[in-house]
Amino acid sequence: MYKSYIIYCIFLPISEMADLNDKKSALKAAFPLTIPVLTGFIFLGIAYGILMTAQGFNLIFTTLISVFVFAGSMQYVSVELLVSAFNPINAFLLALMVNARHLFYGISMLDKYKNTGKIKPVLIFTMCDETFSILCGAKVPEGINRKYFILFVSLLDYFYWITGTAIGAAAGSFITFNTEGIDFALTALFIVIFVNQWKENKNHIPAILGLICSAVCLLIFGADKFIVPAMILITAALSAYRPFFNKGEAAK
Amino acid sequence: MSTKQLIITVAAIMLATVITRFLPFVIFGKSKKTPKFIDYLGKTLPFAAVALLVIYCFKGISFASLEGFLPLIIAGIITAVLHLWKGNTLLSIGAGTVIYMLLVQFVF
Repeated sequence: MYKSYIIYCIFLPISEMADLNDKKSALKAAFPLTIPVLTGFIFLGIAYGILMTAQGFNLIFTTLISVFVFAGSMQYVSVELLVSAFNPINAFLLALMVNARHLFYGISMLDKYKNTGKIKPVLIFTMCDETFSILCGAKVPEGINRKYFILFVSLLDYFYWITGTAIGAAAGSFITFNTEGIDFALTALFIVIFVNQWKENKNHIPAILGLICSAVCLLIFGADKFIVPAMILITAALSAYRPFFNKGEAAK
Repeated sequence: MSTKQLIITVAAIMLATVITRFLPFVIFGKSKKTPKFIDYLGKTLPFAAVALLVIYCFKGISFASLEGFLPLIIAGIITAVLHLWKGNTLLSIGAGTVIYMLLVQFVF
């Protein structure tokens, strides 16, 4: 299973890229956009690697979790799960809840991922908060192959996380400075992407609805249970806003 | 947990994650025409979802004590203002993170 997965994830996208120049220019266009993710994921990956080795898990196990699960926040939650009593159903349900936001990402990307051919499963599998927000904000530069551009943003972010995890698990014990609070890098990344979207779009209603619905649900349901209610409320609020959105679009 | 139990637990987490990732494409990917409502959600959700992510990062906030909310709020505002002003991603994230670390480690 490992082998076929590795072949699928690495060799297939590369073999797809018949045109080397297309590939190069897409990578050049994608890389700068992923630099904040590089910073954030290396730090957060290291922190996760340290956390896992502190609980007695080794480098290979920790790295493989990042390769196969690739879901940052769920992986942090799972450290706790992996050291408590065996309960895979609970783990399954918790992962569904924590990662439910991926349903939103999928719906948002239906159009973007259309006609991506054989690499589509790779794009879907390597989706994460950061790749999602980059792809939402980024306009593919002119003359750049859109498909390869999306692929490289996805794969670069994927490899940053795995690399960070491996570094943390391998060398975590050598890090002697206090890293408390370093996870703010991700919060900062989302704030930056939110600000970027705010600057680039005149219609702020969906963003404001998102903020209000999420904040209200956080207050009502608490930190551990608010994501799914927030998703439902956001969907409801966007439905209510739909007639006005279409009007605005038609007026442009 | 035994090694076998650990692998089963990780597999359960992986399966759930894969389901959330692939489900929209399994349901709506095949049909040539995406339903109009889903199409509309695809246009508006990106903004609402990033907003949800921002709030998600602030979920640990607590107003019971100063250290429960001040570091997050201060570093968050600095990141946002710096980014509105300079628009340099690395500067905004770097400065915000360093300030947050200083605040939680030395001030509060």
